[in-house]
Amino acid sequence: MERMQQIVGRARAAFNSGRSRPLEFRIQQLKALERMVQEKEKEILAALKADLHKSGPNAYSQEILGVLRELVLAMEKLPSWAAPQPVRKDLLTMRDKAYINYEPLGMVLVIGAWNYPFLLVMMPLIGAIAAGNAVVVKPSEVSENTAKLVAELLPQYLDKDLYPVVTGGVPETTELLTQRFDHILYTGNTAVGKIVMAAAAKHLTPVTLELGGKSPCYIDKDCDLAVACRRITWGKYMNCGQTCIAPDYILCDPSIQSQVVENIKATLKEFYGEDVKSSPDYERIVNQRHFKRVKSLLEGQKIAYGGETDEASCFIAPTILTDVSPESKVMEEEIFGPVLPIVTVKSVEEAIEFINRREKPLALYVFSNKKQLIRRVISETSSGGMTANDVIMHSVVPGLPFGGVGHSGMGAYVGRCSFETFSHHRACLIKDLRWELVNKLRYPPGSMEMMHL
Amino acid sequence: NPFAGLVSHLRASWLSGKTRPMEYRMAQLEALGHFMDDKKQQILEATASDLGKAPFETELSEILLCKNELHETLNKLSHWMKDEQVDRTMAMQLDSAFIRKDPYGVVLIIAPWNYPIHLFLVPLIGAIAAGNCVIVKPSEVSKNTERLVAEVLPSYLDKDCFAVVTGDVPETTRLLENKFDYIFFTGIPPVGRIVMTAAAKHLTPVTLELGGKNPCYVSDTCDVTNVARRVAWGRFFNAGQTCTAPDYLLCTMEMQEKLLPALHKAINDFYGPNPRESPDFGRIVSDKQFQRLRALLGSGRVAIGGQTDEAERYIAPTVLVDIQPSDPIMQEEIFGPILPIVVISNMDEAIDFINSRERPLVLYAFSSKDKIVNQVLERTSSGGFCGNDTLMHMTLPSLPFGGIGNSGLGMYHGKFSFDTFSHHRGCLKRGMGREPLNGPRYPPYSQQKFGVVRAASQVTRKNDCTLL
Repeated sequence: MERMQQIVGRARAAFNSGRSRPLEFRIQQLKALERMVQEKEKEILAALKADLHKSGPNAYSQEILGVLRELVLAMEKLPSWAAPQPVRKDLLTMRDKAYINYEPLGMVLVIGAWNYPFLLVMMPLIGAIAAGNAVVVKPSEVSENTAKLVAELLPQYLDKDLYPVVTGGVPETTELLTQRFDHILYTGNTAVGKIVMAAAAKHLTPVTLELGGKSPCYIDKDCDLAVACRRITWGKYMNCGQTCIAPDYILCDPSIQSQVVENIKATLKEFYGEDVKSSPDYERIVNQRHFKRVKSLLEGQKIAYGGETDEASCFIAPTILTDVSPESKVMEEEIFGPVLPIVTVKSVEEAIEFINRREKPLALYVFSNKKQLIRRVISETSSGGMTANDVIMHSVVPGLPFGGVGHSGMGAYVGRCSFETFSHHRACLIKDLRWELVNKLRYPPGSMEMMHL
Repeated sequence: NPFAGLVSHLRASWLSGKTRPMEYRMAQLEALGHFMDDKKQQILEATASDLGKAPFETELSEILLCKNELHETLNKLSHWMKDEQVDRTMAMQLDSAFIRKDPYGVVLIIAPWNYPIHLFLVPLIGAIAAGNCVIVKPSEVSKNTERLVAEVLPSYLDKDCFAVVTGDVPETTRLLENKFDYIFFTGIPPVGRIVMTAAAKHLTPVTLELGGKNPCYVSDTCDVTNVARRVAWGRFFNAGQTCTAPDYLLCTMEMQEKLLPALHKAINDFYGPNPRESPDFGRIVSDKQFQRLRALLGSGRVAIGGQTDEAERYIAPTVLVDIQPSDPIMQEEIFGPILPIVVISNMDEAIDFINSRERPLVLYAFSSKDKIVNQVLERTSSGGFCGNDTLMHMTLPSLPFGGIGNSGLGMYHGKFSFDTFSHHRGCLKRGMGREPLNGPRYPPYSQQKFGVVRAASQVTRKNDCTLL
């Protein structure tokens, strides 16, 4: 308890000293992060390989590219993001200065996840630093190599007091959550999201929760199936299905189900070759616990393709399940693995109804040539974000906020949205002490005349 | 669960899509306008009974400001509802990327007793504008207004989508057991914690408009007369029961000596020699609050006012001096017509004093020197800030209104209300063609392909990476 208190206390004292506020300081820290990513690329890729069996190219494009892009964006845009924003005035305030001042919140806590362990601590960290805060970083202990590396590297490149890294498991995180923060960004699952929010409530700390859920993927009969299935295959099986915005399950008409299976099969062979297990580009399940969990979802299901597993290496082959019952276990929880159930529906109405009966997902996907159908799916459903005719991609558009709704989360970040999430939007009105005459109208006694002005 | 039926009825209405079309929302908002017009007299009477509010104060705070919000919303709604196009990467130039403003679903608004109409109506405007169904829970403390709202409001709005729920703490607790898609709470920090804890069980996002002690720093260089009038107006409006009222003054002894006669004159100008007889000075809402405030009069020494009348729940506009930071009146938000003055030696001391306490909802600084006002602004943190006046920053719909730390989280007013009650959904619409362009992102990743990826990403900083 004391250790946590000390670390957090030191960071808060460092924040109170004011040194994280000047833009030059923040940009200098971001530059140092950029240097860190470039200089330590090898070490970062090695850690990701050790944790998730990610190949170099995969790890680079999944985790490093996004971080570098976010750093560049933040460094370039920070002066414009941080500038006070004048607002429209009315008759009474015409002579005054009215604007929104963007100020740091103070102490931010970033709790990372294990599936993109580097990306998911770095992205929030960049936004929090850009907004002028002190940041406590808690990487996921499940991806232990990356956690260890982050704990070693950050103090080498950043201000040691302002941005401490705390490692550990559930007990350490629980302890950390008893401390008072000014914002908490948590990436992980719904159950722990509730725990984080309840802990935050004790201190009235605002939270951004990036959670998950079952992201549906509706395939209309009228679409280029080969292209659709190729894109879906890419998004579903990257990182061995362990992506919060992976298409979790497919909804389609029974008449195209077998075509969908054939197309995905063909794409899988193209991507990973005949022997998936020996492809350097195919990842593994992060640990035994999740391996067992995902494997158990296959029980009693019709396996149209794949299904092979190897416990020793936490390998689960890319798998497709057909004619899945909505009540089965694989349709209850977020799969977070390389298992793709297909649930058949007879119409887009049925698909929309199916989606709306369930918790709001983090992402929603629809494939169709019909613009009207796509418009309808968007308008009649709710989700954190969505992409039509592709998967994943809405998360890389710089101007789009990335976040969930309902059980898939609250708040958003990435890009400018990060800066705004981690800033306090302070309303400022500066009047003059003169011109008191105007104020006479509002003072008692009984100025009913003013009402009618 | 006594409210389960109501909540699921509203949720069913929401799922039917009824509240989504702009025309529907506009119609409901217009109906709110009719409510304010038709029932103006009843609103004046109810708030007068509950808080002894002067008709002028009620017209200004409970009707005029609400109508401003309503008109702003009606004027701007179609613009706010539009999909917001965003910047795209070079590879996505032919795609459509936009932010869609989705309603959350079923919203709960819990309102307090001090501005019993305004503090449910303004959030309600935002929630309806954003396309939600809403349950309003007015405060049971302002009983007459509660009754008016419960009996009259539902007949103006679509009963399938909007409801008023009444009750005390037990009922509110039961209400909070239900799953809402957004909760908007205005009240005190301890209850804010309870609301957020209840919300956490369902992962319901919240906006909490809380309170605290709003410091009011008066520098030595200022027009004392004008300062005194503006401070007195802000402090004694609604008999001090305003979350953004200046809670306590910080100034030098020298300034205190100048301010006291000026404050005395301002109070006299506003309310006459006996404020009890002035129709423009309000009353304390309840016996409980009255007792609490009367006890606070024991802090320091009464320099102005100090008279009370229990039967009327009247407390005179009062200024206290010889205040120590440890006095009871400095331990809680006053929420009454009492203004303590804490003496400091200079601005630095004032800023240290402010920064050693919880961050307030609003911070006030008075000085004829711009530099001083700016210094106070820059060296402190608060929900909002107003230089050289009180309360006025709340009247501009283009400024967000909200707290920080103990004074709250989230914000509203104007477009910020609409944004608060909408989920901003990131949407990307792509075409099915140009699939070869996606080639580099697919496995297998030969070293050569990897080289392409890296080379493309090392293009100058001005270009976005076209891959992934």
